[in-house]
Amino acid sequence: MKNNVELSKQIKLSCRNLWKVYGDNSDDFFSNNSYSQEDPSILSKKITEHGHIVANADVSFDVHIGEIFVIMGLSGSGKSTIVRCLSRLIEPTVGKILLDEENLLGKSEKELIEIRRHKMGMVFQNFGLLPHLNVIENIAFPLKLQGLKEKERLEKAVRVIELVGLNGRENNFPMELSGGQQQRVGIARSLAVEPDVWFLDEPFSALDPLIRKQMQDEFLRIQSLQKKSVVFITHDFQEALRIADRMAIMRDGQIVQIGKPVDLILNPKDNYIRDFTKDVPWESVLKASDIIDKSQKILQKAEEVPFDMPVAKMLPLLSKKSVGVVVVDQAGKKLGMANAQSFVTALATAEN
Amino acid sequence: MKNSIFEKNTLTWIGIIFITLILLIFQDKWVWASKYPRELIVPFSDWINFSMEKFIEQFGWFFLNISWLLSWPIIGAQWLLHSLPWIVVIFLVCFIAILSSGVRLALFTLSATFYMVLIGYWEESMNTLALVIISVPMAVFIGFGLGVWGFFSKRAEKVIMPILDIFQTVPTFAYLLPILLLFGFGTVVGLIASILYSFPPMVRNTILGLKRVPDHIIESAIMSGANTKQLFWQAMLPSCKKQILLGINQSTMAALSMVIIAAIIGGTADIGWEVLYYIRKAEVGQSLVVGLVIALMAIIIDRITSGFALNSDKAVKGPKYLKNMRLNYYGFAILVSILLFIVASFFQVLADWPYNLSIWVSSYINNFFETFVKTFRTEIKLLKTYTLFFIMLPTKIGFQQAVSPFTWGFQLEMGHKIFYFMSFILGALWFLKNKKNEIFIFLLLLMIFLYFGLTNMPWLSLLLIYSFFAWRVGGYKLALGTFFGLGFIVVVGMWPEAMISIYLCGIAVVFCFIVGTSLGIWAAHNSVVSSIIRPINDTLQTIPLFVILIPFVMLFKIGDFTGLLAIIIYAIVPSIRYAENGIRNLPSEVIDASTMMGSTKMQLLFLVKIPLALPVIMLGLNQTIMYGIAMLVIAALIGTNGLEQIVFIGLTDGNMGKGFIAGISMAIIAMIVDRITKTISEKRSEALGLSIK
Repeated sequence: MKNNVELSKQIKLSCRNLWKVYGDNSDDFFSNNSYSQEDPSILSKKITEHGHIVANADVSFDVHIGEIFVIMGLSGSGKSTIVRCLSRLIEPTVGKILLDEENLLGKSEKELIEIRRHKMGMVFQNFGLLPHLNVIENIAFPLKLQGLKEKERLEKAVRVIELVGLNGRENNFPMELSGGQQQRVGIARSLAVEPDVWFLDEPFSALDPLIRKQMQDEFLRIQSLQKKSVVFITHDFQEALRIADRMAIMRDGQIVQIGKPVDLILNPKDNYIRDFTKDVPWESVLKASDIIDKSQKILQKAEEVPFDMPVAKMLPLLSKKSVGVVVVDQAGKKLGMANAQSFVTALATAEN
Repeated sequence: MKNSIFEKNTLTWIGIIFITLILLIFQDKWVWASKYPRELIVPFSDWINFSMEKFIEQFGWFFLNISWLLSWPIIGAQWLLHSLPWIVVIFLVCFIAILSSGVRLALFTLSATFYMVLIGYWEESMNTLALVIISVPMAVFIGFGLGVWGFFSKRAEKVIMPILDIFQTVPTFAYLLPILLLFGFGTVVGLIASILYSFPPMVRNTILGLKRVPDHIIESAIMSGANTKQLFWQAMLPSCKKQILLGINQSTMAALSMVIIAAIIGGTADIGWEVLYYIRKAEVGQSLVVGLVIALMAIIIDRITSGFALNSDKAVKGPKYLKNMRLNYYGFAILVSILLFIVASFFQVLADWPYNLSIWVSSYINNFFETFVKTFRTEIKLLKTYTLFFIMLPTKIGFQQAVSPFTWGFQLEMGHKIFYFMSFILGALWFLKNKKNEIFIFLLLLMIFLYFGLTNMPWLSLLLIYSFFAWRVGGYKLALGTFFGLGFIVVVGMWPEAMISIYLCGIAVVFCFIVGTSLGIWAAHNSVVSSIIRPINDTLQTIPLFVILIPFVMLFKIGDFTGLLAIIIYAIVPSIRYAENGIRNLPSEVIDASTMMGSTKMQLLFLVKIPLALPVIMLGLNQTIMYGIAMLVIAALIGTNGLEQIVFIGLTDGNMGKGFIAGISMAIIAMIVDRITKTISEKRSEALGLSIK
């Protein structure tokens, strides 16, 4: 149930050469522009040797409109810092953050509050619910901060409550809810202001595995309706694979590789990425659209399969139909042919 | 290591012991070393008296005006509480009790307040209540403001915190001294003293509460678009409501205890004054009857305010109609009050309880205690003399003087002395051989100390011993603080009295720590014991200090011994509490793992549980000492001889300088001991990788 739009090329949020260094006077390293010529790994090492802590080193990526961009990394890799820099909960040391082509780092505190009130929503690992407010008041809290009238904000809140399936729980307090339900409240609250950009910081990491899977599906369902530009942080590689349109893997504050999940699996950049990807069964990650053989002409009569069908499900078909099948997109447009030969070819390229 | 005696610290210790011995041997020749010369005493107290006089000449009118201003709210509150019939007040208090924690507390409140009416002390109780009602909001307001300021500004916190330390360690009586001089006699002194005494807990709790607001709540509020004001008032403050309410609870209790203590200066006609009056007249029965009023009042106020705090995070379930019902509650309360008011105007009994209907139970109590004392006269006397001869005197003046035919039944002969010193030295050497250098040093010091007694120890060597110990515990800063702090006490000439305070408090603390910790460990393993001890502890902690004195005065008359018992009974509470909590809250994996390794119950306790709980137990010791000092101050009322007595005398005859210096000296001792014990506890827990809540 992935985001089955062809990605728009339009960029919503962009992070450019972002550094975050903790420590007194750590900006000295960036006081002249020569730092950008240096290799970030070497510079990062140099800064660390001076007793500072480098949380993010030269991080750059783009998030397109309507895209789910996942940042995956183990603990201490700087992934939480980066999402806090994007929302300016933490002040980055140097770099640029462009939202709709405007630099967020140049914004005043006042402008920032306006942006957060209308353009950003964020979901937190530990939910961040206010214990003294009930479900509906929590969800309407951002609206209250904007100064909306009670009637108006309750109307809006009821709408998102339905979206996350919490009807009937409006008057419960956070401590009366299960973890999964609390995070639904967190999600609803972040959507109440109808933001363009949606940050989710390890939203499901505090939940049990079974609930986590449910919530991932739920998230994908909501996103398919809302089409936000999403930055999703996780330490769980499987979760990243399930939901990402594109993903970045971070290590020691730097991005190691960015790409579609399948790119990472088929072409891991180094051993670090390979450690994550090697146990992933390819046939479940590869989609029909990944094994299209461009050289073959489209046979009009061949059986059609949707572009996002996992290859594992296609295997019986491929073994029966030697000519192959036609891969079609959502709109029914024929993208190309796939057959057993092209599947093996795709695997073979991955091997290298 | 070749030989453990050559370790640097041990050598320094031996050097200090050597100096001590030399000073003791030549104490007749070098009198200056054992007794600080009178000529060298810096007349701080005269300077204070002098400058205070000048100050009052200049600015006295200003403070008197403030005093006049502040007397109005008190008069107002007293007028209000007096003009309301008692039945209305009781109803309102019970109503608040229901709102706070339910029907059970309300029933308790009802019977307790009715007791106040019944024994004929309603007016006095209301006078006390009026002071509390006026001082608490002011203290809470000041405390909250400072707390918020301290939270947002690191620099402010750095200034505020040490001031709070001073406010909370300076003995309660010493507070009253300057206030008395500045603001004149009367209720206002009590008001100001109780504000000053009760705002620090509010500051601490406000800062603590705000610091404990989880990051994710702050971040989520910012991301919801909160500006600074909204973030504070709508997200942070409600999230730490409980801590703030706890702060109000602690402030209220502090205010009440200070109001009671302030009664000592008189002119208030409140309940504290009544108790004091009967204690002084040695009518203990009546003082107990009235003292019970204070205790009940403290318990009610504590339960009501803590009830609001503890129930604050229990969410009010249900939608609006409940809110409306609450409104109806208030309406109902107002209606009933008016009804009761009208009824009371017809039936005078309900407004003013007639004197002849008051019941007098004091004679029964007096009789009971008299019979008790008569029946057990010999036992009481034995207990008293044995403690005096075998524990108190040796600590105070040493075996050298304490052992006499009159007390121990024999004279110290050469043989005894040789036996005493040899057994100590041999024991110490045995520990040295086993590389337990610390115990070696401890035994040597104990030997000297017990032989000569605390008050005979030369001030110079005690100064060295304490400072070096502080240096070993917490480095040069702590050592310098200790040295100059104690040095101050020496220089102002308070050293002999300070030693008497330390002697009395020290015996009590050692006893409390040993017995209390054992009780706490027992309670941690036995839920029956725990459930018996807990309510006793709760009550002891709520009752204002000088009510605790009363039963002991009844049994043992006034004097050091009674003071000692009162200190013990009050200061033992934290030792029990912390030991129980420390043992109960140990990580269960460690216990399980040790059990699986096959340790017996005793091994588990001594090799695993106690070492791991040691940081918490040490905190218990810290609190025991603080409680001990607090009680010591009050014990001055029953005729002890230490610093506390000087403070007390300063208060009664208006010698501000001397009393104040004595008060500061007590605060210095308290702060030094506090830092040392806390540092030990922190270092232990750091070494264990634990964090203490």
